[in-house]
Amino acid sequence: MESTETIRLRILEAVPGALLEVVPNGAPVGQPSLLVDPEHALAVARFLRDAPGLQFDYCSNVTGVDWLDREEEEIVRDRVAETGGEKKIEEPRKRVRPGYLEVVYHLYSMALRHGPLVLRLRTGNRTDRVRLPSLTPIWRSCEFQEREVYDLFGVVFEGHPDLRRILMWEGFQDYPMRKDYVEPDDYEYEPTPHDDVWEKARRHYPAPTVGSGGETSGNPGS
Amino acid sequence: MDVGLRSELQRHGIFVTTLEELYNWGRSNSLWPLGFGLACCAIEMIAASMARYDLARFGAEVFRPSPRQADLMIVAGTVTKKMAPQVVRLYNQMAEPKYVIAMGACAISGGPFKQGYNVLKGIDRYIPVDVHIPGCPPRPEALIHALMTLQQRIAAESLVGPNRPRHLRRDQPGEFPVPEYGSHDLIPPKNESIWRPPVIVRSG
Repeated sequence: MESTETIRLRILEAVPGALLEVVPNGAPVGQPSLLVDPEHALAVARFLRDAPGLQFDYCSNVTGVDWLDREEEEIVRDRVAETGGEKKIEEPRKRVRPGYLEVVYHLYSMALRHGPLVLRLRTGNRTDRVRLPSLTPIWRSCEFQEREVYDLFGVVFEGHPDLRRILMWEGFQDYPMRKDYVEPDDYEYEPTPHDDVWEKARRHYPAPTVGSGGETSGNPGS
Repeated sequence: MDVGLRSELQRHGIFVTTLEELYNWGRSNSLWPLGFGLACCAIEMIAASMARYDLARFGAEVFRPSPRQADLMIVAGTVTKKMAPQVVRLYNQMAEPKYVIAMGACAISGGPFKQGYNVLKGIDRYIPVDVHIPGCPPRPEALIHALMTLQQRIAAESLVGPNRPRHLRRDQPGEFPVPEYGSHDLIPPKNESIWRPPVIVRSG
């Protein structure tokens, strides 16, 4: 298979105006991915499926990632005029990078036996600009998996033939795989609570107050 | 009846019993399970009904595809919140007397998925369970043991008096409310009349 950078250049030739970015991967596998802008995603996908030498005819996996608002620190270099010349200053400045939802597609070619090529699509933010084009018209195997991403992350796929919830029921309002999902508070006794469960255990069964006298103090459930 | 007299009569070829014993003997040896499985425990349940473990020895091999013909519900596997109303509805559709075996860690408590957003933390939150089997999944022997435990319970039931079983009492419900899909969770999240969270009594 051609390298991701070569594929990017080929796409740019075929789909003028597409905004593409190769996202490097710091993990040992070093598998880079291709960030595609939502406006041209359908055209890019069609090209990847049909272009000779690429022929990504099989989308094996669609998944979602929830990126929260992140505070990034960047060092701003500046020159300040000073008496007797200039002085370089470096000051760290913090800025908040707004969060977004990301949908990741893994593409393979059955015909040419290569892959995977990883596509990423990002929404505008996590609340109201969550619409992305559906790639189900290109790869039919995306249908259920995009429904799952819609169900669990809340990404709305435009052009999807049958966009309904698939795992949770109709009328369910939350998106359980989002990082800020708050699950219903139906904690019950757990013999070995840990981490978050330990916090819940302390909230539901508070320790007896010191000096209350009795060793079996009261009803912790109340 | 005196046990000694009964065995003495049996030795002479006279078999004496009570209507209650005969009735319970017949019921406990013809438990017809409802043929439905929810997850991997169902595979063990199927194995228990096949030739190697041979549930037919206990009269419980007739898995019925209709709740109207079944009198034992084996909740075999993870009960998701999406599936829970259907399980309760199937239970309500079964005719009395009816019994429930909760099979496996998921059915009795939610198991490894207990802290998840989508799994019911035990079917005994909505319907009364007669026998719980721990295990992930329980082996067919465990299911057979649960069935034998249930048979002993049925055989010990007294048909008259204050301890008579539920299906002979008018004040006990045979149907339980079916939970509804809410916007965040099932409504209600548990049936308060049959299930309450455990109360911890701390010492020291």
